[in-house]
Amino acid sequence: MPVDVSLPAITRPTAPPSPLLSFWRSFRENRGAVLGLAVVSIVILVAIFANFLAPHDPFEQYRGFTKLPPIWVDGGSWTYPLGTDALGRDMLSRLMYGSRISLFIGLSVMAVSMVVGVVLGLAAGWFGGVVDVIILRIMDLIMSIPSLVLAILIVAIIGPNLTNTIVAVTVVYLPRYVRLVRASALTELSKDYVTAAKVSGVGPWRLMFVTVLPNCLPPLIVQAALGVSDAILEAAALGFLGLGAQPPTPEWGSMLADSRDLITSHPWVMALPGIAILITVLAINLMGDGLRDALDPRLRKS
Amino acid sequence: MFRFLLRRLALTVPTFLALMFVTFMMIRMVPGDPIEVRRGERGISPERLAELRHEMGLDQPIWKQFVDYVWGLAHGDFGVSIITKNPVLQEFLTLFPATVELSVCALLFAVIIGIPAGVIAASRRGGVYDQSLMGLALTGYSMPIFWWGLILILLVSNTLGWTPVSGRVDLIKYYYPSVTGFMLIDSLLSGEKGAFADAVRHLILPTIVLGTVPLAVIARMTRSSMLEVLEEDYVRTARAKGLAPYRVIGIHALRNALIPVVTVIGLSVGSLLAGAVLTETIFSWPGVGKWLIESIGRRDYPALQGGILLISSIVIVVNLLVDLTYGLINPRIRHAR
Amino acid sequence: MKRTITLASALLVSTMLAAGAAGAKTLVYCSEGSPENFTPALNTTGTSLDAARPVFNQLVEFERGSTNVVPSLAEAYEVSPDGLTVTFKLRKGVKFHSGVNGFTPTRDFNADDVLWSFERQWKADHPYNKVSGGAFDYFNDMDMPNLLKSIEKVDDLTVKMTLNEPNAPILANLAMDFGTIESAEYAKFLLDKGKPEEFDQLPVGTGPYQFVAYQKDAVIRFKAFDAYWGGKAKIDNLVYAITPDATARYAKMKAGECHVMGYPNPADLEAMGKDEGLNLMHQAGLNIGYLALNVKKPPFDKKEVRQAINMAIDRDSILKEVYQGAGQKAKNLIPPTIWSYNDAVKDYEYNPDKAKELLKAAGVETLSSDLWWMPVQRPYNPNAKRMAEMMQADLAKVGITVELKSYEWGEYRKRLQAGEHQMGLLGWTGDNGDPDNFFFLIGCTGAREGGQNISKWCDQSFEDKLQQAKKLSEKADRAKLYEEMQVIAHEEAPNVTIAHSTVYEPVSKKVSDYKISPFGRHEFYGVDIAE
Repeated sequence: MPVDVSLPAITRPTAPPSPLLSFWRSFRENRGAVLGLAVVSIVILVAIFANFLAPHDPFEQYRGFTKLPPIWVDGGSWTYPLGTDALGRDMLSRLMYGSRISLFIGLSVMAVSMVVGVVLGLAAGWFGGVVDVIILRIMDLIMSIPSLVLAILIVAIIGPNLTNTIVAVTVVYLPRYVRLVRASALTELSKDYVTAAKVSGVGPWRLMFVTVLPNCLPPLIVQAALGVSDAILEAAALGFLGLGAQPPTPEWGSMLADSRDLITSHPWVMALPGIAILITVLAINLMGDGLRDALDPRLRKS
Repeated sequence: MFRFLLRRLALTVPTFLALMFVTFMMIRMVPGDPIEVRRGERGISPERLAELRHEMGLDQPIWKQFVDYVWGLAHGDFGVSIITKNPVLQEFLTLFPATVELSVCALLFAVIIGIPAGVIAASRRGGVYDQSLMGLALTGYSMPIFWWGLILILLVSNTLGWTPVSGRVDLIKYYYPSVTGFMLIDSLLSGEKGAFADAVRHLILPTIVLGTVPLAVIARMTRSSMLEVLEEDYVRTARAKGLAPYRVIGIHALRNALIPVVTVIGLSVGSLLAGAVLTETIFSWPGVGKWLIESIGRRDYPALQGGILLISSIVIVVNLLVDLTYGLINPRIRHAR
Repeated sequence: MKRTITLASALLVSTMLAAGAAGAKTLVYCSEGSPENFTPALNTTGTSLDAARPVFNQLVEFERGSTNVVPSLAEAYEVSPDGLTVTFKLRKGVKFHSGVNGFTPTRDFNADDVLWSFERQWKADHPYNKVSGGAFDYFNDMDMPNLLKSIEKVDDLTVKMTLNEPNAPILANLAMDFGTIESAEYAKFLLDKGKPEEFDQLPVGTGPYQFVAYQKDAVIRFKAFDAYWGGKAKIDNLVYAITPDATARYAKMKAGECHVMGYPNPADLEAMGKDEGLNLMHQAGLNIGYLALNVKKPPFDKKEVRQAINMAIDRDSILKEVYQGAGQKAKNLIPPTIWSYNDAVKDYEYNPDKAKELLKAAGVETLSSDLWWMPVQRPYNPNAKRMAEMMQADLAKVGITVELKSYEWGEYRKRLQAGEHQMGLLGWTGDNGDPDNFFFLIGCTGAREGGQNISKWCDQSFEDKLQQAKKLSEKADRAKLYEEMQVIAHEEAPNVTIAHSTVYEPVSKKVSDYKISPFGRHEFYGVDIAE
């Protein structure tokens, strides 16, 4: 939970006694957000402890037991609670290990775009002029190509694997972070406290990262939370098109793509990874909504 | 206003030029070769490969290829597809109506359901309707649409048999010339009985799949925008005057609340085209999204380059139009950066 | 308003009745993709060749549903005793389609059309040589430029082809799609109009069906050609509904939106077999899917290691899970339907323990290797990724750690041919039913870097027999050599021969006389459909 971890770092000039406590109070009011948080926590726990929780090795192919249905369907068995895939691998175990991959992708994309986005956004806001124009034009350029097409093109160039998926998705989502940071930085830079700090001789680095940045954080945190879910979706779409993690990695998107030919004969194999994606993304989004409302009521708009 | 327009137009020119250059370079960096791809198991002798590359101008230095390409573009020539040897612009124009038809339907679907849903949710803030509608909206927003498409095909088409699985119209029953490229219009023009209904049936699932995410975004946006407007003084006044709630909401509030919603709709054209890539792939919809994906697979440089350039230009132009309309509606934007 | 509708529907009913009275029969074939163009000589993919086939004929043709060569536009042919000249006696009174693209033929088919069609592929100064890119892949692959000495017109209905050396399979080669005869007059008509590129987009031929319209990614329409020399086709309208997704094709079959479909999803075969409205036809395919072991990369240079891998891979499971039973285990490179198949060869049995022993004997305790899988579905391998994952698990059991690798299709094949891999999946589909068309795959010529022999295996005794067999004219003599070669290939095991896939095609019960082609073609002349 990067969000919680980074929160204490916020030091507002006019901070209330305990920002964390007041944040939690307003977050708690939102039942959806709490539910989201609970589900996200479970997914994280499953991801961390997948090797203890999973009933089987996710790569072991039980040759005589392929394409078994889940337990609640006729023919299901408790040995493989969610059934098996086309090669007889246990679905539940694969989904559990898959949560590691999806979360890893989501968090990595978020972390990298945060760092790069903050640097570029602050640079654009601080230097203005040519730097600003160049950075903004590049972001416009990225945004004018349909996101998935751009991601596919990038993966096609650097080759399909997990790391490159992260690179491609990061590039595609970078403009949002840059624009957000730039916009908030511009707002903050025009405020009196910044002028005061400038006058009192605070250096530019200190001014940007210590004075201005913390005040841009709330919208950025919200964007980061939603960015995780967007990244998971985009990476799954790449996996679905066969451009994500390579076999036998149990990535949800590619699990779905691999079982596409079973849609009529064994629909469960195809349905389950999609449900896992949907639940995870939905939970993160619920949590993100709650975060937004709790952190900054002004942001309720979008 | 005129200066604002000029300024925005001027800003798109470098974007467009950079787009041309970057896509050109990126596409050539993709490993693989259009000639090798189509050879399959047979392979090709190095001499023959060199010969063919020469004929296609692929052996020229990259900068020369780029200059030639830009020169052609300046004359309205997007080049010729390596695979089909048809002019890229012609291929694009035959497939584009299918994408437009699908996107417009998806957007209509999203607006027709999304705005009322948002209004209802806002007017019953915190109630059961609000919570369930917004819960659904968030679910839609979180939907992996490739999976959603497959599930709908599985349930609605395969199990219930209500809609066709793919294509745009039943080819056995109906045969009429493609006049506009828009199946809905062509089917009406043809005068063939049932053709229009059949075209609609083919459109239902792709429309739902492509429209789901915009629907969710619009519903959420309408709701929050409505809530904000409902807090404003003039609405309170109207309420205090005792106007009927539907008049307050329907006339005073909605009109103002829709401004940001319209912007969101305009700006969603880009993401709609991205979604069309997946939707068209799933439903074998003969549009430009599927064409682009296939062009990447076939390393059809001119088709890919032209396709990305055309689509991105459309996105740029639409965004520009949205900016301009917004500037017209809201003069404050004009001067802000 | 109501009146208009009634009137319109009355009109419609009457036209429909009229159509019904004429007995217009429509057959819809759900095809898997859009053709690149309609000139077979330019194309290599089955999809493009299928799309052009209704429109055209060759001098000689493969009999529908078999590999036999029968006369077509040439009603007779004669090979000289020295094997160097072939004389074709052309059919008289063969008409070209009329009315396509504003073209009306003024004369019947004759020797000029034959010369025109071959010279386009052969001579660089031919006016159409460069039109549509001019990559005449099959013509070059079949070594025609070196084989042909001359093609001469003796008279309007006689063509003499002279070869540089005797070549037994020449007639089978000419029956392939690149041997298609197109209209020289239509070509000139378009050249005069200044639109030669339309030649390959709006085809005019002598075939049983005339081209009507094509919409990219949607549909191709043909109608029966009244004046077809073989008699008018039984089907009046032939429609190719382009449907890339196999599941969607099957759904259309069930809904009655198409009558024949190609390339069914193996996972759906079971349900198709039970479907009341469908005939699930099948035939052994003329193909082989194999795993090549690169002998240039140690320890694969050791015969024992290659044999061990043959024993370590559970091909029965692969057949079941990847082919869904739609195939037969392969012990030789050629499928059993090709003459000279050596049934006496004893297949490697699945035996991980023995594989381990062999590896140990070869001094290989643990081994890390890569295994490449192609990114595309092929007739001989419906799901290479799944197959690779299964092999990975099998090889892990004998102590071989395998990393799976893949590249974009063109790049993939290029890198395999360059010998970058240790193990790689590939396969082959036969072109003309001759054993040589398979065995050249593991010959020494292809073992060079960039050659088609991707195991890079070069065995001199095998190679000698391969070359010798090509020059012999007696089938029995050739067969003997090929049988011996299969024994060598089996013992040396340059690759794991996995399976010959069975071609399945669901056909509506309304359709009669449809035949599956061993070449994977889809042909509709002679097919009928009940109302």
